[in-house]
Amino acid sequence: MTTPNGDRSDRSPWNWLLVVPIVLPLLPFLFNSDEPRLFGFPMFYWLQLAFIAVGVTCTTIVYQMTKRGR
Amino acid sequence: MEQHLTEIIVFTVLFLVVSGMGFVAARWRRPQDLASLDEWGLGGRSFGSWITWFLVGGDLYTAYTFVAVPALLWSAGAMGFFAVPYTIVIYPMVFLVLIRLWSVSHIHGFVTPADFVRARFGSPTLALLVAITGIVATMPYIALQLVGIEAVLKSMGVTGHLPIIIAFAILAAYTYQSGLRAPALIAFVKDTLIYIVILVAIIVIPIKLGGWDLIFDKAQEKFAASPAPGDGILLNANNQLQYVTLAFGSALALFLYPHSITGVLASRNRDVIKRNMSALPAYSLLLGLIALLGYMAIAAGTTPIGKDNNTIVPRLFDQMFPDWFTGVAYAAVGIGALVPAAIMSIAAANLFTRNIYKEYINRDAGDADEARVSKLTSLLVKVGAVACILFLDTGFSIDLQLIGGVIILQTLPSVALGLYTRWFHRGGLIAGWIAGMSAGMLLLYNIGNPATGKLHFAGSAFPLEKLGLDTKMTIYAGILALAVNLVVAALGTVVARAMNAADGEDTTHPDHYFADEGDPRIKDLDFSPGAPKAH
Repeated sequence: MTTPNGDRSDRSPWNWLLVVPIVLPLLPFLFNSDEPRLFGFPMFYWLQLAFIAVGVTCTTIVYQMTKRGR
Repeated sequence: MEQHLTEIIVFTVLFLVVSGMGFVAARWRRPQDLASLDEWGLGGRSFGSWITWFLVGGDLYTAYTFVAVPALLWSAGAMGFFAVPYTIVIYPMVFLVLIRLWSVSHIHGFVTPADFVRARFGSPTLALLVAITGIVATMPYIALQLVGIEAVLKSMGVTGHLPIIIAFAILAAYTYQSGLRAPALIAFVKDTLIYIVILVAIIVIPIKLGGWDLIFDKAQEKFAASPAPGDGILLNANNQLQYVTLAFGSALALFLYPHSITGVLASRNRDVIKRNMSALPAYSLLLGLIALLGYMAIAAGTTPIGKDNNTIVPRLFDQMFPDWFTGVAYAAVGIGALVPAAIMSIAAANLFTRNIYKEYINRDAGDADEARVSKLTSLLVKVGAVACILFLDTGFSIDLQLIGGVIILQTLPSVALGLYTRWFHRGGLIAGWIAGMSAGMLLLYNIGNPATGKLHFAGSAFPLEKLGLDTKMTIYAGILALAVNLVVAALGTVVARAMNAADGEDTTHPDHYFADEGDPRIKDLDFSPGAPKAH
């Protein structure tokens, strides 16, 4: 979209990366298990906590790749 | 009470320091004039990444969450951990949505989600419905913050309602004076305290209890011995769908709550929002760790006061920490309740002012009138919340909060989908709202809990068997109600178009959804007296 104000659309192929942290935590068969434990945490807990890191990574990449240079 | 004296002193001192900050906040990032909603209600719309992070974090992760989520793990196990996937999926989901809302709001000077709906669909009626939904959903949420404070006070042996009334009177006074600047400034203290307390808790308590392995094993033993079918440290075949739909549905609902949107609109530009979408999950990690306090309480043999499960975490702290640090922890929860309570009351007040007062009572209200009405309404909202606690059973507030989540979801088609498409007809959206609301109420009414003998509104897990399906699975009622809403809104739109029913005018333009700070169309927010009205 070109307007005198320098508007751009928010479209970017990088946005597809956002789908990963939306879908992963909603698939219980991935994490609904006690073994293997990590530092004493059943998989159910440590893997879901690890998904937080996935979310941060994906949103950070999308932010860095789509931010408007100013 | 004497045995808790140190705790009470530490708690009171921290509470008073924070209250002082609340009053001083009016002078922080000083505007020329606080007498407009942009200044009083949105802090001048100038908050950068850090302030927004503390503000929105303090807003979304409330004291009640910090008390209730571990209590849920303590009593039901894995199901309570839904708060983690919920707060993971939320940020990538709204990443692109919120920046559109930010842009269009800053071009048109919207303060509330209902403002947007009014301009987008040209329907004051639809905007009114969205506003009322927001207010009704927010009120019990504020009341629940009081429940959080109450749990802490109870654990210090302080009973009676007077302390709560005093705490809320102070909160009301500085919110009145400083507006959104007060919770923004206090959020720094609140979050710092909470991070310290939780870091100490997750290191010290497991060491004292003999390690994480043991904590999880003890929890498993407890659930294995309990007669309830749905509990355990893992999900079972029947509650997985509930777990997923509750996490997803709660995530959809979160940024429809007016107070979340207030925090977002107060940020300076689109990049602040995007950066926060990747920084806010730090709180999710915190929440995940806090949730596990519920299992630590099991391993430590902590018992609640009476039947109030919300006292589990305060009691665990009392059991594990020296008195002075317990006091700090209690203050963290108490102050943690003030930040969201302040933002929620501001958001509810803004909805009333913009979408009810200005629309239906005084169309000529200027900026100063709006700010005045909002300030008074924010007081009323808090009185209402205190009244909820004083006169209604606490359980009733929790029911209302449960209903709140389901009803706020019914604004999704007009607010969230509305940001992307103008396809829906206003008549269809109104019909969808009515259908979704009715369906939601009906579903919640039919959820009982045989274990407690409660027949109605006993939770949000709707058994699919009641729809005639041959299964023991349950699903989050909000998702079903939203589905009904969407189907009716779509059908209603097709019918309205076929009948050539008059549709409202859309005063937004596609490129309004991409504007950023520095764009000449973004309103200059110099709202000094006599400045031309910006909208």
